[in-house]
Amino acid sequence: MTDWIDACATDEIDEEDVIRFDHAGRTYAIYHSPDGAFYCTDGLCTHEQVHLAEGLVMDHVIECPKHNGQFDYRTGEAKRAPVCVNLATYPTRVEGGRVQIKVS
Amino acid sequence: MRDYSLIGPDAERAVAAGLAAADWYHSDIPRKEMKALMAREDGPAIRDTLILYGAMVLFAGLGIWLWPSWWSAPFWLAYGVLYGSASDSRWHECGHGTAFRTAWMNNAVYHIASFMIVRNPVTWRWSHARHHTDTIIVGRDPEIAVMRPPAALRLLSNFFGLADAWAGWNRMILNASGRQDPEEATFIPESERQKVVTVARVWVVIYAATIGLAVWTGSILPLMVIGLPRLYGAWHHVMTGLLQHGALADNVIDHRLNSRTVYMNPVSRFIYWNMNYHIEHHMFPMVPYHRLPDLHERIKDDLPAPTRSIWAGYREMLPVLMRQLRGQDLFLKRALPATARPYREELHMAAGQPAE
Ligand code: FES
Repeated sequence: MTDWIDACATDEIDEEDVIRFDHAGRTYAIYHSPDGAFYCTDGLCTHEQVHLAEGLVMDHVIECPKHNGQFDYRTGEAKRAPVCVNLATYPTRVEGGRVQIKVS
Repeated sequence: MRDYSLIGPDAERAVAAGLAAADWYHSDIPRKEMKALMAREDGPAIRDTLILYGAMVLFAGLGIWLWPSWWSAPFWLAYGVLYGSASDSRWHECGHGTAFRTAWMNNAVYHIASFMIVRNPVTWRWSHARHHTDTIIVGRDPEIAVMRPPAALRLLSNFFGLADAWAGWNRMILNASGRQDPEEATFIPESERQKVVTVARVWVVIYAATIGLAVWTGSILPLMVIGLPRLYGAWHHVMTGLLQHGALADNVIDHRLNSRTVYMNPVSRFIYWNMNYHIEHHMFPMVPYHRLPDLHERIKDDLPAPTRSIWAGYREMLPVLMRQLRGQDLFLKRALPATARPYREELHMAAGQPAE
């Protein structure tokens, strides 16, 4: 069984922004969408191993800082070359003002 | 002797030395400021695109109207620079997807510009990604314009588009026949290859129609509008493009050592879409062209002093290129201001000898 992991406070991420969260030797990106929801994906771009948390969130898209590849961070879908491989996504929930993620 | 092939011994050496996909130097900018600099909007690029395409229609219209008189020549020269040089920067910025906020606008301008500059939009998206991963790493970067020693004749001929456009048209024919160059195969994933072929075939149809019209009318006028301006208007993008990395270090992982920021006149900056801020662009490719002057102001204390003009750029670059031509393996190393974080020399042993 996988437990929920406490990642950050809801107010640590601006709306339409992303932060990096490292846990158990892995790195994740946690997003705060313009409509107030939280999402979680793998932290590294699937093109080359670059941290997405340094990229730009526009609506529901994260743009990678290295070559401007884009993913829909809700589904992980690769939207724009040079990214071709989708990004893994993980469930999130908000409990008592904290964002929690569920990673296997 | 350097081997610039992507499938040769220097390619293997670069990987072994940890220079491929390495961790590059970045100036420090707080996230909030960076976000503001990266923010996208459509306004500036719509304005610039209307000016660009409007001017092209106007100049081509006047050229056609005055044809075949010599009075048409200045209008062709102006049209040619917009077609054969401004297309380079539009290809570049829209390829990054930073010029417009709206994706279809980036794509539309990207495809038009790719056609004019004769760079397959699929192939070159991948080659440019590699150029950003491994900027001026010998054997890894497919877009090294000034090699060491410089291929002087090739560089000079490119002021008239000869080598590059010729290569582009040859590649178009190869791709249209369903084949691919083996070097391209090193950076284009399998899934994208059919797109390369489709675009090449569309282009062949456009060129065939233009040549057909020229034969039918017995005049080169149709080719003055489509195709030839890639040659007679190429000089500006070559003039500015050679300054990007020319005579600077190779095999380093700090853009301050291998890229050049040059102050330019406003007309050149419009044609070049601010790519004269080239260190800034490489360090932060997410920042749109219209915010590069702001980014420059923000980090200039961490960069070598900008070169003051195009002319000054050639004055610092040419003597080093001449020495490289004579067989000396050296490069221009610009001093950092006292306010900058120093170069990490231990990471740049492969760069060779700086010129005094
Ligand atoms: S590393 Fe993310 S697009 Fe290339």
